[in-house]
This record gives sequence, structure tokens and C-alpha cells, in this order.
Amino acid sequence: MTQRENFVKGLFKENPLFISVLGMCPSLATTKTLENAIGMGIAVLFVLTLSNLIISLLMSNKKIAELVKPVRIPVYIVVIATLVTIVEMLTHAFVPVLYQSLGVFIPLIVVNCIILGRAEAFASNHKPLDAVVDGVGMALGYMGGLMLLALVRESLGYGSLTVLNQFGVTIKLNLVPVLNFLGIAPMEFFVQPAGAFLTFGFLLAAIVVFSNKKAEKAKKGSEAA
Amino acid sequence: MSSLISLAFAAFIVQNIILTQFLGICPFLGVSRKRSAAVGMGIAVVFVIVLSSSITWLLYHYVLAELHIEYLRTIVFILVIASLVQMVEIFLKKISPALYKALGIYLPLITTNCAVLGVAIININNGYNFLEMLVYSTFISLGFLFVMVIFSMMREKLDFAPVPKAFKGTPIALIVAAILALIFTRFGGIV
Repeated sequence: MTQRENFVKGLFKENPLFISVLGMCPSLATTKTLENAIGMGIAVLFVLTLSNLIISLLMSNKKIAELVKPVRIPVYIVVIATLVTIVEMLTHAFVPVLYQSLGVFIPLIVVNCIILGRAEAFASNHKPLDAVVDGVGMALGYMGGLMLLALVRESLGYGSLTVLNQFGVTIKLNLVPVLNFLGIAPMEFFVQPAGAFLTFGFLLAAIVVFSNKKAEKAKKGSEAA
Repeated sequence: MSSLISLAFAAFIVQNIILTQFLGICPFLGVSRKRSAAVGMGIAVVFVIVLSSSITWLLYHYVLAELHIEYLRTIVFILVIASLVQMVEIFLKKISPALYKALGIYLPLITTNCAVLGVAIININNGYNFLEMLVYSTFISLGFLFVMVIFSMMREKLDFAPVPKAFKGTPIALIVAAILALIFTRFGGIV
């Protein structure tokens, strides 16, 4: 597998959110606004990249790997929990508003199945560089998924798209005129919990249809050839 | 007393752990195919949440806070929960093999259930005292059991429903969950 394939697979073919359906809890809870989704995505990017790197470095040393093998899951968890604590402190110090709105979901990155899953399935038996590329790809794929959910929910729910609302800077797109043009008003339903489940369900179904079509096309193409 | 009752009701219905706080979605979708499995998972979660919340609350207030090392909270809590689940498993195997047989396979899954760590952290963040913590964790985990049972019954029916091909499996389950969440959040006016 080339480095490029390794990177791209996390974005589409093995997207952690929509294909593997991992890390559901934060994807429903932190996608009220686009800004929260981006913030959560960056936090996961940081933790996943570094945890993949550290675990791959640990396990590529034969002596340490042999020692760690029987208790590897607790070891992974301690590594991940340390990184999450660092993220928690950094967000608390530099982006307190985001820290407030993400709330309990920052410490909960520890139990996010994507991170432990990549550590066990990929980082523990690949070279450090490959592991980092895989981590970045997977995290960006996850972030893309979060942003897609937030895009639908915020635009329909609040009639806006908030890219940044920190440090006294606000970058916000007002979509109310567009919604008015379509003859609908912002529907609060979409930013409520029920809207999260509904949006995720419909997006998942759309992606199933899309990937089925693609698979059929590939099949036909190979048959014709 | 009345505040404790309203706390219990809020934890059970209005702030339901699955449908409004989005914790424990993985078992909610993964183990809800059959009612017996959902009940087993639910009971195991109630047991572990109440136990782990009590232990982490005591640890936080009498060890971490005393030593001013609150920032170690996440690491300490996850280690406590992981070892607690292991211990409960060994203990159950010895004391009650029948119960172990019923709950055994769900216990290892609970370590990575975000509901357990989530409740432990929420208890600290909300500044509950010991009694409030006990009421909150008991009723929030009972809420988990309640929703698991309702949802598993719906899913058993859903297996025979004529669902469009693209919606089969997880997508339709999520849409049913959306309707369920709508009902639960409507109770918001009461508390």
C-alpha cells in the first residue's frame, strides 16, 4: 500500500464515522454548530496522530513489545488518557468557550473506539511513519463526517454556519435569506437531540446508496473488461 | 427531599443518558437486536455505573482534591473503571456463576462504554454531594436500562417491517431513535 492510499482510505473507503460507524456519541453531541464539529475534529486529530505515533514507536521495539504484549490494552489506554488530558488543559486555557460547549466530550475522547481501534488494528503492527499517516487520514475522515453532520444541522436548525466564534472574532454565514427563498424557516428540531439522530440516519442511508451504486459500477466495469 | 425527587426524574427521563446526552450509543445500537441481550447489558451497566461513580467520587474528593492533582482525573477514572470491571467479573464468577453467565459477556464491553466514564465526570462537574451523586447515577443508569428495553422491543418488530433497502439496519434504527428522543425531550417542561 502506498503512502497515498494509506492516507486516503481514512477519508472515504474506511471512513470511521460513516463506514465503520465508530465514535457515534461525540458525532451526535458536538455537531450543533460547525465550529464545535471543527473543534472536536482537531482534538481527535491531535490525540489520534500522537497516540498512533507513540504506540507504533513502543511496539516497533522488539524487547518492549514482548514485555507490553499481555497488558497492551491498559498501556494503550494510559497513553491515550495522557494525551487527552493534555488536550483538555490546552482547550481549557486557550479556547475556553469551546471547552464549555464541548464539555464532557473532551475527556470522553479516551473511550472513543476509533482511537483504541486504530492503536490495536494498525499502529501496533506498522512502522511509525505509516501509523502517523494513517492517524491523520482517519482523523480527517472523522472530522469531515462531523462537519457534514454539523453543516446539515446548523444550516437547517439555526439558519447559520459558524466557522469561528472565539477570541472576539466571529466568522458566521447567515443562511436565513436562503431558507426564506426556499420557503422554510429555521427548524429548531434539527439542533435538538432528535434532529441529531434523524440527520445521522438519513446521511447514513444516503451513503449506503451511494457506495452501493459505486460498487455496482465497479462490478460492471470489470465485467465489461 | 423534593429536590432529590426532581433530580431522579430528570436523570431518568428528561436528561436521559442515551437519548438526550448521547452517551452509550454504541451498546444502544449494537446490543439492542434482542430483548434478552438488551436487558442483560442494561443491568450490567446499572451495576457498574453505580459502583464506579461512588468509587470515583470518593477518590476525587478525598484523594485527588486533597493532593491538588485534579488534572489527573481522566487517567485515574479510566483506570479505576477498567480494573473495577475486571474485578466485578472475577467476583461474579466466584460468587454467583448463574449471574456471571447472564452478564459475563457484557462486562468487558462496558470498559469502553462512554456512559460509565461520562457519568463519573458529570457527577464531579455538577458538584453533587454524595447522596445526590448516588441518586443521579442510580436513576441515570436505570434510564439507560429503560431505553434499552423499549428500543430492543421496537427493533425486534422492525426486523419484519418493510423498510427501504438503503435504510435497513442502522439508518432505520437511528430514525426510530429520533422519534423516541422527541418523546423524551417533550417531558422537559415538567422539571
